Amino acid sequence: MIFEDEPVPGYPLPIWPGHTSPGRFERVLRAGQFAVTTELDPPDSADPEDVYRRARVFDGFVDAINATDGSGANCHMSSMAVCALLTRVGYAPVMQISCRDKNRIAIQGDILGGAAMGVCNLLCLTGDGVQAGDHPQALPVFDLDCMTLLETARTLRDEHRFLSGRKITYAPRVLLGAAENPFAKPVEWRAQRLAKKVAAGAQFIQTQWCYDVPLLRTFMSRVEDLGLLDQVYILVGVGPLRSAKSAEWIRTHVPGVHIPDEVISRMAGAADPAAEGRKLCIDLIQEIRTLKGVHGVHVMAFRQEHTVAEIIERSGVLSGRVPWYPGRDPQSRDPQPTASRIAS
Amino acid sequence: MRHARGMNAFYRSFEAVLVALHPLWKLIGYRRLERPVAALERGVKGLLFDCRMCGQCILSSTGMSCPMNCPKNLRNGPCGGVRANGHCEVRPEMKCVWVQAVAGAARIPGGAKALQNVQVAVDRRLQGKSSWLRAVRERLGDAL
Repeated sequence: MIFEDEPVPGYPLPIWPGHTSPGRFERVLRAGQFAVTTELDPPDSADPEDVYRRARVFDGFVDAINATDGSGANCHMSSMAVCALLTRVGYAPVMQISCRDKNRIAIQGDILGGAAMGVCNLLCLTGDGVQAGDHPQALPVFDLDCMTLLETARTLRDEHRFLSGRKITYAPRVLLGAAENPFAKPVEWRAQRLAKKVAAGAQFIQTQWCYDVPLLRTFMSRVEDLGLLDQVYILVGVGPLRSAKSAEWIRTHVPGVHIPDEVISRMAGAADPAAEGRKLCIDLIQEIRTLKGVHGVHVMAFRQEHTVAEIIERSGVLSGRVPWYPGRDPQSRDPQPTASRIAS
Repeated sequence: MRHARGMNAFYRSFEAVLVALHPLWKLIGYRRLERPVAALERGVKGLLFDCRMCGQCILSSTGMSCPMNCPKNLRNGPCGGVRANGHCEVRPEMKCVWVQAVAGAARIPGGAKALQNVQVAVDRRLQGKSSWLRAVRERLGDAL
């Protein structure tokens, strides 16, 4: 998929009719393509090259890269800074904003700043509790929650004002996203929670890791019953497991991750567990993509980011499509954006 | 939240009484009432709901389970970290406020629908203030 008005890094794309952002990710979703997103492991360093090196491993296989905001309540380079570096060279980041560390004053400022730097996608999160991370002594803020954060971002974008009512002269043009965990208690209410997020402004959803397709199927049918399928783009979270032992550790120690026993035993019986983990991930992607209302996958390969390209390639979900990355089309260096349509 | 239904019914009639007594409150003066009523409210609701005195009570929209007890102050639904046993991610010994809210809402007429209300951001200035008096004034459309 090549956009005729493909950007030269630093130049904003025009916003197509009916779109809320000038971003490539929104274009891919609205064009009905199966989208692939992933997560960049933010460095514990101040070296920009650490960010670029970590982004390059995804080149040609992902439509957007999530910049996490202190995920797991661990301290890393900020999501804002990772986005600043990524947009400089033209990558399409999804800026994650968590409510744990910042109040509504800081968050609204970040939304404006992010959009000014070329961030076109926001993921509005509540955030993990501080007890989960490396600074359990820290003050948890939680001034807003994911839902009021969505409303806040939508107010900035659509009503051109801060929560206080004060006017914004140029609104942030962003696609709003949220997370959902179809596998956590109260399971029967998770689709309603999604409905609430859509009502609060969510346009796309990235879910928690899915290792249980039947449970996802039940969730998706509830979402369909609520009439939400044409209101929100759902990207299902997937990721390769490393071994039966690490899978067991994850499900007991990481809250909200549900891994069925069959998955653990499949991993335990494998001669090469890491290869089996990738194979399992590919199988899951291929099964998930057939579900009605699923618009893509969000690959979270924590500390295994180098496997994302292989997994996506072998899964075949891109159907030959090569998502944009810096240097993909060395000939298209025309800084003047032309016709607003998809060329292929 | 086994008693959600009864609590909700009691609470509704209690609110009606408070509203009916508006002339009396006005005579005494709302400002003068704020401290004693807030203290009373803290005692009663603290006992019944583990109330945190956020000053903008939404118990009837949360199955009578106080959302301010959630360590993340979630007023719009559970987070994604709820444990398989229905307990809290942050405080494993505590039941998730929202697992209880969803169960409680099912026992209240119109409770499930009320759960779908998107709650606006909390006004932190109201912390410690009486939401009873506030509810009465709002109900009557009386400007402060």
